[in-house]
Amino acid sequence: MSVGIEVRNLRVVYDGFVAVDDTSFHVAPGESFGLVGESGSGKSTILRAICGLAPVTAGEIALVGRGDRPKPGSRGFRRLVQMVFQDPYGSLHPRQTVDRILAEPLAIHRMDDAERRIEQALDEVGLGTGFRFRYPHQLSGGQRQRIAIARALILEPQVLLLDEPTSALDASVQAEVLNLLDELRRRRGLTFLMVSHDLAVVTHLCERLLVMAGGRTVETLSSEDLAARRVESPYTRTLMEASTGFRRA
Amino acid sequence: MSPLLVVDDLRVAFPNREGALVEAVRGVSFELGRERLGVVGESGSGKSQTGRAILGLTPPQGRVTAKRLAFDGIDLLTCPPRVRRDLRGGRIGMVLQDPKYSLNPVMTIGAQIVETLHAHERVSRREARERALAMLAAVQIDRPERVYGLYPHEVSGGMGQRAMIAMMLVADPDLLIADEPTSALDVTVQLEVLRILDRLVADRGMGLIFISHDLRLVSSFCDRVLVMYAGRVVEEIAAGELSRAQHPYTQGLLSCLPRLGESRHPLPVLQRDPAWAL
Amino acid sequence: MSDAAPSWHDWLMSDRPASRRQAALGRAYSGWRTFTRNRLAMAGLAIILALILVAVLAGVLAPYSPYEGNLTTSRLLPPSWAHPFGTDDQGRDILSRIIYGSRITLFIVILVAVLAAPIGLLVGTAAGYAGGYVDAALMRVTDIFLAFPRLILALAFVAALGPGIQNAVIAIAITSWPPYARIARAETLTIRQTDYIAAVRLVGASPLRIVLRHVMPLCVPSVIVRVTLDMAGIILTAAGLGFLGLGAQPPMPEWGALIANGRNYVLDQWWVAAAPGAAIFVVSLAFNLLGDGLRDALDPKAER
Repeated sequence: MSVGIEVRNLRVVYDGFVAVDDTSFHVAPGESFGLVGESGSGKSTILRAICGLAPVTAGEIALVGRGDRPKPGSRGFRRLVQMVFQDPYGSLHPRQTVDRILAEPLAIHRMDDAERRIEQALDEVGLGTGFRFRYPHQLSGGQRQRIAIARALILEPQVLLLDEPTSALDASVQAEVLNLLDELRRRRGLTFLMVSHDLAVVTHLCERLLVMAGGRTVETLSSEDLAARRVESPYTRTLMEASTGFRRA
Repeated sequence: MSPLLVVDDLRVAFPNREGALVEAVRGVSFELGRERLGVVGESGSGKSQTGRAILGLTPPQGRVTAKRLAFDGIDLLTCPPRVRRDLRGGRIGMVLQDPKYSLNPVMTIGAQIVETLHAHERVSRREARERALAMLAAVQIDRPERVYGLYPHEVSGGMGQRAMIAMMLVADPDLLIADEPTSALDVTVQLEVLRILDRLVADRGMGLIFISHDLRLVSSFCDRVLVMYAGRVVEEIAAGELSRAQHPYTQGLLSCLPRLGESRHPLPVLQRDPAWAL
Repeated sequence: MSDAAPSWHDWLMSDRPASRRQAALGRAYSGWRTFTRNRLAMAGLAIILALILVAVLAGVLAPYSPYEGNLTTSRLLPPSWAHPFGTDDQGRDILSRIIYGSRITLFIVILVAVLAAPIGLLVGTAAGYAGGYVDAALMRVTDIFLAFPRLILALAFVAALGPGIQNAVIAIAITSWPPYARIARAETLTIRQTDYIAAVRLVGASPLRIVLRHVMPLCVPSVIVRVTLDMAGIILTAAGLGFLGLGAQPPMPEWGALIANGRNYVLDQWWVAAAPGAAIFVVSLAFNLLGDGLRDALDPKAER
């Protein structure tokens, strides 16, 4: 039933700038895969290319797994692949209530039973119906990110693209959102493709990860390898050491 | 020796939509010598407002009160605005989160450093230039002459933040207040900037207030850490003793972060006790 | 009453509204509170409400007929108790003419707003969202309109269409949409970059749906503010056309035409031109004050 994602030799060029070059990876159905890198590494561009927000200059993006595998850009693809953005302050329409934000995908895809679906989506992200008629400015950062997750899930997709979903949140709220994502994945059998600059967050949520720099692949490794510090490239090692904090020479 | 900075019962209040005053900082007290003090808290904890109040940069609608707020014996709340302006950027430096917003976009980096110097000291043009270049070299910028003539948008975030530090340190301050100085930077650049800051603070014997949301980073960098919650200091602890933190909030903050090489599903979540905010 | 007031207030300012209606009303109420804090804007609003009232009740309020005067007994009388603003060269009471003239002013202002603002909004958001050739084509047309002084262009249109109040309105509307298109386009350019627009695109919303339901509502406030600020200019343009004899035709008591009429006597019978001039001044000022207040109340960025 579930689907994964396959990216082959992807290249993305914006105004002559090569943002992503020759990148390939495979996310099996139900797997959780991480893309790690610093700013300008092209990690977010890959997510945007997958869902059609960035141009694919060369290479191929396809869904893998059993059942229907609609082409990127099609209506069916949009129902199967949804995204959660980094900045919860920028990803919700400032003039729409939570109710309208959640009703919009349902209206576009002409799904019935909107009332029940909206209430269920709010329940599922732990907010309850008391939040239904609030505007984004009446919500905290963590609550906003929960709404963004509810919006992504309301079409019942199989694949969730997560673009630094917790980097704008406080540490304690980050833990709550990570737990929520973990639980949703288990309950719904979702496939995750997550982008982050934080190795600890990625290894917490993902089984395998791809380290990127300058638009290119540095290495692919499993979370266990990283946890056991079995890394090959010096760049990954630098990232790993940097994430443990400052050390006086 | 008297402390460099005395903060006693500092309060900062802002009017809300209804016009009633709401306190963002509620009675913060501490003393600072020539040491590195970390101030840690989540958004809304009042950590940034504490730093801004010391600098005199509280937004105009805010009201600052304190039993005592004194820098090197100068009462900051009663001294004339001119004295305060002279202190700021002179004997008290500040580094803010994003160099993009704190550097003047229409002046070259060199000119900004020279201007800071001119504002606080009488030096010849040539000497000012030389000191600015020396300062850029001190923040480990490879070719100071080149960067001297560049505009802020022409340099990377890490370079911009180093330029900002250079600008703040050129007047040789006694106290540096850094509000999330590395949060906008990539992790690898972050460490480089911290290393520079660390060396300069140690060499010049400055006091440093390091404000950040990142408890682990602050504790690895500072001597002493104040943990703030809802406008108050809930715990003060020596950085090395962090693992023995007493307050449940500090403990919660430490344990809710995912760590490399540890698999905890689900992560422990901070249970906020309303009593902490009392 | 005093017991009910705070509970209404609480209901409207609630952070957790329980229905769509409460959410919408609450938002309107908090905008209204911001607006009422600005005294000058309230003064502007009061003047405009008074103008509307005067226009509606013109038949009751006007002491004399605006069209008929006594040429033998009441020609060019100075202000007095019987004629507070004096009388004109046809012996007509100027106060009555101004009161009836408010209907024309209001008619012009409303019609121009209804015609020009939607055109500008549509052109601007479409150009901004589509980008590329559509943007270039639409904005060059806008530039052409902007390149001419408004009154001159309106004059050209009126000359082609023929003088008269309807044609004046059409001419003013045609010449006043380009600034709205510019504003709407500038706003759209920033809005289309945002993640919330990316999110609805991802869900599969059509460009038309995105522009109409997601982009336009965010552009409306700034266009409303600009239209309000432009009202003064529109009144002045209409008055200018009236003054040049290309707008309202005699004996219609249009304010600009009244001034044009008074010009002949301005040295000896100053009151003929002074009263309509003051009326134009007060109403223009009121619209400007209202626009300033609306800018604060409607600004989506000011709200946190």
